[in-house]
Amino acid sequence: MAPNVRNRRLRKELQMNRMEAANARPAESGVSMACALNINGQTRQLEIDPRTTLLDALREHLKLTGSKKGCDHGQCGACTVLVGGRRVNACLLLAVMVKGDDVVTIEGLPALASGVDAAQAAAAAAITLHPMQQAFMTHDGFQCGYCTPGQICSAVGMLAEAREGMPSHVSADLEAVDTPLTGEEIRERMSGNLCRCSAYPNIVDAISEVAEAGR
Amino acid sequence: MASTPGASFIAGGTNLLDLMKLPIETPQHLIDVNRVGLDQIEDTTEGGLRIGALVRNSDLAADQRVRRRYPVLSRALLAGASAQLRNRAPTGGNLLQRTRCYYFYDPAQPCNKRLPGSGCSALGGYNRIHAVLGTSEQCIATHPSDMAVAMRVFDAQVETVTAHGGGRVIPIADFHRLPCTSPERDTHLEADVFIAGVTLPPPPPGRQLCRKVRDRASYAFALVSIAAIVEARDGEIRHARFAFGGLAHKPWRVEAVESGLSGASATKASFDCAGDAILDGARGCGHNDFKIPLTRRVLTGVLTEASTK
Repeated sequence: MAPNVRNRRLRKELQMNRMEAANARPAESGVSMACALNINGQTRQLEIDPRTTLLDALREHLKLTGSKKGCDHGQCGACTVLVGGRRVNACLLLAVMVKGDDVVTIEGLPALASGVDAAQAAAAAAITLHPMQQAFMTHDGFQCGYCTPGQICSAVGMLAEAREGMPSHVSADLEAVDTPLTGEEIRERMSGNLCRCSAYPNIVDAISEVAEAGR
Repeated sequence: MASTPGASFIAGGTNLLDLMKLPIETPQHLIDVNRVGLDQIEDTTEGGLRIGALVRNSDLAADQRVRRRYPVLSRALLAGASAQLRNRAPTGGNLLQRTRCYYFYDPAQPCNKRLPGSGCSALGGYNRIHAVLGTSEQCIATHPSDMAVAMRVFDAQVETVTAHGGGRVIPIADFHRLPCTSPERDTHLEADVFIAGVTLPPPPPGRQLCRKVRDRASYAFALVSIAAIVEARDGEIRHARFAFGGLAHKPWRVEAVESGLSGASATKASFDCAGDAILDGARGCGHNDFKIPLTRRVLTGVLTEASTK
C-alpha cells in the first residue's frame, strides 16, 4: 500500500477511534449519584455524575475554589488536599470514592489548626491562619500563588508523615526513627508540588520554620 | 465484574483516571474496590510477607518489616512517583500501571498498544525513554514500575482471584509480558481477574542496593534502574541477583548471568562480562542508544559498591 494511502487510512482510523471514545463517554451520562462528603468538618450532600473528580466536586459544586486545577493529571500537585489526614491529588480521585472520609482543603486548615468547629473557624478565618499558611506569608513562599494552596496542604501532610517516621528517597538510614527534616529532605518530600515561579527557596524556609516549631 | 461488559476495577485511580481523561481508557462501568479490605501486610509461615493488593505504596515503603528485611523494595517505592501518588497508589494497581510512552498517551498518534495495528510512532520518532531489550517491531514501550523491579529480584508471587472464586498464583517473572505481536496486552492476566495480593519469599542473604537514573532528582520515571541483592566476601561474589527497570516491557532479569557470577572475582572484568551478557541482543532506536552503556555502568557501580564496602 502506498504510504500516502496508508497514512490517510490511518488518520481516518484514528479519527474513528477518537469518535468512538467520545461516544463511549457522553458528556451527560444521565446518571447521577447521591453522595455525602465530609468536607472541612461539615457533611455536604451532593447529587453528582459519578465521574466527577473530587477536585471538580470541590471547585464546581461546592464552590471551594482554594484547591487549584493545574495539570488535572496528578503531575503538578496544585490540587493537593488531605483525605483521612493524608495528602492526595484531588484531580485523580472520584468524589464518590471518598464517601465517609474526612476531606480537608486549604479552606479548612485554620479550623484544623485551632481545633474549633468549621463554622467558628469560618467566622474567624480572616484573622486565624494555620501556622503553615502564616509561615508562607512570613517567608514570602510564593509569587503568583497558584500552586500555594496545594503546597500548603502538601506541607501539612508531609509533616504528619515525617512525625509518623516515614522515610524518603534521600533518607540515608531507612530504619531511623527520627529523620531530621533538612532542606534536602523537604525538597524531596515536596517534589510532587511544582512551582512555575520557582519560589522553592522560600517555600523550603517556610516549611522548615513550621517543622522546627513542631519539634 | 463478570456480568458487566467493559467494567473495570478502580482502587487508587492514579493511572486509570489519568488515562480516562484523555480518553485512552474508556471503561463503561467502574467498581470501587477501596473498601474490600486486603490492606494488611502479614508475616507468612515461610518467613516472608504477604502484601494485600490494597496496601498503598507509602504504607508498604514505611512498613518496618519491609524497611528492615526488604530495604530495596522500600527504596524502589520511595524513588517512584510523588508522595501524593504513593499515598493513593496500591500494590495491585502499581503492577498494572501502563507505559508512559509519549505516543501511547497521545490519542492523535498511531500506537499499537493503544490501537492495535495502527503502527508504532516511537520506532521512528522520539524514543529517548524507550526499551532496548525484548522489543518488537510493534512496540518499544517500557514498563514504568520501580516497585515491580524490586519485586522481581525477590521472586514475588502475584495472587489472583476470579469472580467465581477461582484463582492462581503467578510468579512475577511471568506476570508482565513482552510486546511481541500484541503490545496491547501488558500482562498475562486474563480479563475480569482481580489481584488479591503479592507474596514475598524470605529475603535472600546479601546486601540490597538500588539505583535509579532519571532526568531529574525526584519525581521522574527511570531511564535505567536496578534492584540488586549481592553477597560478596573476600573479593569474591558469592551470589548476586539483579533486575533492571527502564529497559524493557517488563522488569528485566537474566538468572543465567547471575549464576555465571557466582564464585567470580569481584573485578571490573567480571562485572563487564555480566553486563555484556545482560545486554546481549540489546538494540537502541537512536535517542535511547545511551541506555546500553548506561546499564553497564549502573551494574558495575552497584556490584562494585556491594563488594567493596
